[in-house]
This record gives sequence, C-alpha cells and structure tokens, in this order.
Amino acid sequence: MIRARALTKAYSRAASAKRAERRPSEDTSAKRAERRPSEVSTGSDGGRTLLAVDGIDLDVAAGESFGILGANGAGKSTTMRMIGATLQRTSGELTILGRDPAHEGPVIRAHLGVVPQQDTLDTELTVRENLLTYGRYFGLPRTALVPRIEELLDFAQLQDKRDEKVEALSGGMKRRLTIARGLVNDPSLLLLDEPTTGLDPQARHILWDRLYQLRETGVTLVLTTHYMDEAEQLCERLVIMDAGRIVAEGAPADLIRTYSSREVVEVRFGTNRNSEVLPHLHGIGDRIEELPDRLLVYTDTGESDLQEIVARGFMPVTALVRRASLEDVFLRLTGRSLVDG
Amino acid sequence: MSLTAPASFRVAEYRLRSMWKWRNSIIAFGVGNPVLYLVSIGLGVGALVDANSPDGVTGVPYLLFLAPALLATAAIQAGQDEVSFPTLAGFIWNRLFFAMRATSLSGGQIADGVLLAASVRIIFTTTVYWLVLWAFGAVDLGSALPLIGVSTLAGVCWGAVALALTSRAKTDSTYISVMWRLVIMPMFLFSGTFYPLAVLPLWLQWIGWISPLWHATELGRWLSYGAPLEPWQALLSTAYLLALGATGLLLGRRTFEARLTA
Ligand SMILES: Nc1ncnc2c1ncn2[C@@H]1O[C@H](COP(=O)(O)OP(=O)(O)OP(=O)(O)O)[C@@H](O)[C@H]1O
Ligand SMILES: [Mg+2]
Repeated sequence: MIRARALTKAYSRAASAKRAERRPSEDTSAKRAERRPSEVSTGSDGGRTLLAVDGIDLDVAAGESFGILGANGAGKSTTMRMIGATLQRTSGELTILGRDPAHEGPVIRAHLGVVPQQDTLDTELTVRENLLTYGRYFGLPRTALVPRIEELLDFAQLQDKRDEKVEALSGGMKRRLTIARGLVNDPSLLLLDEPTTGLDPQARHILWDRLYQLRETGVTLVLTTHYMDEAEQLCERLVIMDAGRIVAEGAPADLIRTYSSREVVEVRFGTNRNSEVLPHLHGIGDRIEELPDRLLVYTDTGESDLQEIVARGFMPVTALVRRASLEDVFLRLTGRSLVDG
Repeated sequence: MSLTAPASFRVAEYRLRSMWKWRNSIIAFGVGNPVLYLVSIGLGVGALVDANSPDGVTGVPYLLFLAPALLATAAIQAGQDEVSFPTLAGFIWNRLFFAMRATSLSGGQIADGVLLAASVRIIFTTTVYWLVLWAFGAVDLGSALPLIGVSTLAGVCWGAVALALTSRAKTDSTYISVMWRLVIMPMFLFSGTFYPLAVLPLWLQWIGWISPLWHATELGRWLSYGAPLEPWQALLSTAYLLALGATGLLLGRRTFEARLTA
C-alpha cells in the first residue's frame, strides 16, 4: 500500500522566520536544541530550510493498521500529507497504492480517505450535505451516494443529527463526521491525522470502537497520534518519529519489550526532593529516569523495588507500580515524555 | 483538459448549494439594490442634473447615462463578492479547499468551480438589475442581451482577477481592507460611472483606463443608447476584459494549486 524510501520534506523559511524560530532554543539545554528538526542553510538569501521529514523509510501492507507516534512538530502531519498526495516530497521515493503521487495524485486520492488534523467541514451545511458534497467532489453519482450516506450516518452515530448544521455539533461529533466523510468514497487506505486529539475520554472510546470496526472490514489504516494508549489500542505496528526521523519501529508489545523493562515504579518525593533522593536509589531497578515531577524506576520486580526504596528510608508522597507502556519507550528513545514534552 | 470541465462542475455544484442557503438575501439584495439606487441617485440626483444641464449628460438624460454603468458595477460587485468570500473561507475560515484538494480534485479545478458558480450569480444579478432598469425606463428592451452580456463578461473577468488576488490573501482583514481601499473603491469612483471620465483631471484618468468597469461602461453606453465609440475602441475594450479574465484565471489556478500543496 505504502512504500517510502529516504522520504524527505524540506520547508523553506524566510530569514525573519528563522530568527523567531531560533530564540526559544537559545536558552534551553543543548539536548533540547538537538531534538529540533534539522535546519540546513541554503542559497544566497540567507533563508534556511527545515527538514520536517528527514529521510524516512516506511512500508505499510494492505489490511494493516499502522501508527506514527510522535510529539508536536515531529513531522507526522507532513508525512501524512505526502502520503495523502497533497504535499510534494522534496526527495526520496514514495509509492502509494502502487503509484507515484508526484505524477498520479488524482488517481491515488480517488482511493484514499483522509481525516486531516484540523476539521475542515463546511459549518454552514448540514451533516448530510457535508457528506453529499464531499462524495460529489470524487464524482460519485448521487444515486450511489444516497445509500452510502445512510450507512455512514449509522456508522458515525449521527443519524439524529443528519439535518443539523455542522456548526451545532460537538467536537467529538465533528470528528466522527470528518471520519465518515473520509469514508465516503469507500477508500482502501484511510489516513487519520490525530483522530482523537482534543476529545474527552468517552468520545475517544467511541471513535476507537468505530476505527476497530473499520479494521475488521479490511481497510488499511494509517494514523498519527501522540497518545500511547491510542497507538497500543489501534496499531498493529508503529514507528516512533522524532524531529523528522524514525527512531524505532515495531509492534507495540515488541517495542516495549525491546526498549523498556516489564514494570515501572513511579515515585514522587515532591518537586525539589526528587533529584535529592535520586543518588540514594543506586542499584534499584535496571535504570532510573528523572522527570520534573517524578522518578521512574525501570525494573522487572516493581513491588519489591518499591519496598526497597521505602526500606532505604525514603517515603514517597505517591507511588505507583505499573506495566511499561509506549510512553516509556518514547521517553527512553527521545529523552522526553510524549505529551507536553 | 477534457476531464477538467466536469470536475470543476462538481465544485460549482457545491458552491451553488451553499448559495442556495442564502437565496433570500441574494434575491432581496438583487432586487433591492437596483431599486434603491434608481430611486435615490437615478431619479433624485438625475432630476437635479437634468434640470441643471438641459442637454443631458453627453447628450442623454442622466438616467440613461447612468444605467449601463450601474449594471456593470453590480456585475463586478457580484463577481468580487461571490469569488472573494468563498475563497477566504476555503483557504482561511474553514479551510474547506484543503479538504477538497484531498479528494481527486486539483487546485485548478477548485478555482474553476468557484468562478463558474460566481458566473451563475453574476448572470442572475445582472438580469434582475436589467429588469429593474427597464422597469424604470432606463434601458430599451432591445438592449437586454447585449447589455446583460457585456456586464456579465465584466463581472466574470473581474471574478477571475479576484480569484488571483484573494488566493494570495494571508489574513482576511488585511485582504478586505487593502482590496477595498486600494482597488474596489478607486475603481467604483474613477471609472466614469457618475460623470464622464473626461471630467476628471488627467492624472486620475488612468485609473479609468485600466479599470474593467470603465471599459464595460463604455461598451454598455454604446450598446444601450449608441454613445459614440469607435469599433476599434469596442474591440480593444472587449479584448482588455478578456485578457484580464484569462490572466486572472491562469494566475488564480496556479496560486490555488501551490497554496493547497504547500
Ligand atoms: N507549511 C509549513 N511551512 C513551514 N514549516 C512547516 C510547515 N508545516 C510544518 N512545518 C514545520 O515542520 C515541522 C513538522 O511539522 P508537522 O506539522 O509535520 O508536525 P506534527 O508531528 O504533525 O506535529 P503536531 O503534533 O503538532 O501536529 C514543524 O517544525 C513545523 O513547524
Ligand atoms: Mg500534526
């Protein structure tokens, strides 16, 4: 379905934008600066280009559900738009549904479903009209669209809102409508850019359920997210992206096994005390990670390690033993947590 | 190219569906605008002008002089509105063009569709406007087709220019204020609408010469009551309008595609 080799997107930025962009990195640690997408100097105008996607390789097979996990600015949307044949790549190879999007964009897009990061619905039209007009953009005949729209309204659980203006929908309903809209042409490949960002837990679960159903019907799913639970739920395989590069790839369980211990002990000693306590925990667990608000002890024996911490005379304010998750993989690979990094 | 036409029809279909939601306002404005204009300016000011210059303006009653200009103004106004607002919406307000470009449509087809739907609105507006003019005795029955035709041409060609300009707008407020102050207002004021262009000082007349409104008005006066116009002038004005339209559409299509794939 998708094959990418050394896929790269460079955005040019004006000299003025470059200066504004630089300021925040000057007063932060070198570690933070090095995670920014690479900037390459170009040409005479003093402008620079930003490598938003920096030579990635991807393969997605038919029927697979594939995830791209990454923090803000990692290059997820840029990648998705190149796959969706709406953004020209700067270099590298890209084949979507066996075709090159640089030359056969319209043919490829006819078989894609796209759910962009921002809803792009027509708020003046009703729910049903949004589906109808979108189907018409593909040139689908009205007679085929009418029954298809009924199915999609059922699927998105929007039957009772069918004649309401989109303006009046909640965020979760709009998102469901955007997904339904992406399915109007019966795509073989559905691209979802952060499908549940900004939704409440209940709305997210409804959406996950819908996407799970889609998976069952054999639609190939590619989704981006910065929720690790979402990636674990929906993706058979995923890549972790950071600063335009792929830093790891695999099934969620395999990634956790490779990059993390089985369990994690999270302990908080209060904001200032975490770093004071850290040196005294030497020898406990495989590895200890210090976050601003807590310490993470990576171990296969969480309960007994927690007891050991207490036995050494350090009583945490809060303590939690949990199974390792993709969040830990991300932290290990990129040195920061996924959400609000 | 043969595949282009049907695809842009689909975009136009959507635009017309959206316009249909506003049909009451469109009809009310379409009828109300000319009626108000004719009552206040055409008859009110016209009576004053005619009383003060018994030979009329350029030899005809003021209402006759004014009518073709009003018609062309309305057509250009319709072209401007029906292109610029959907384009601002599509790129900035609801970013709908980005959703369209994710389907099998190209940026150029979206641009074509917007202009096509605007053309329908322009034809409607000018037809209604002409009917009101006719009811007020400002035009002859025989002028219907040529006058509506030339005004529609001006409206569509201006719509194409608006397509090219609006698709470059980064923010709606800057676009609207710059466009109105620097383009639309000068065009409406200095195109020989309310008085012959020759009345203006020479250093302002150039605005008329490059203004599609002036060219459409010249053609309109010639077609309506036979105002003097050399055939070459008629040809030149028509060619100028067509050239503006073609350039606008070409640049607009290009900007649409570039902006939707950036
Ligand atoms: N049109 C553009 N022009 C210039 N730079 C851009 C453009 N779009 C994105 N970028 C830059 O490219 C980088 C990657 O952006 P991208 O939107 O792909 O990230 P993302 O992973 O989708 O982030 P988020 O989680 O915030 O959606 C960022 O540094 C961003 O500032
Ligand atoms: Mg994004």
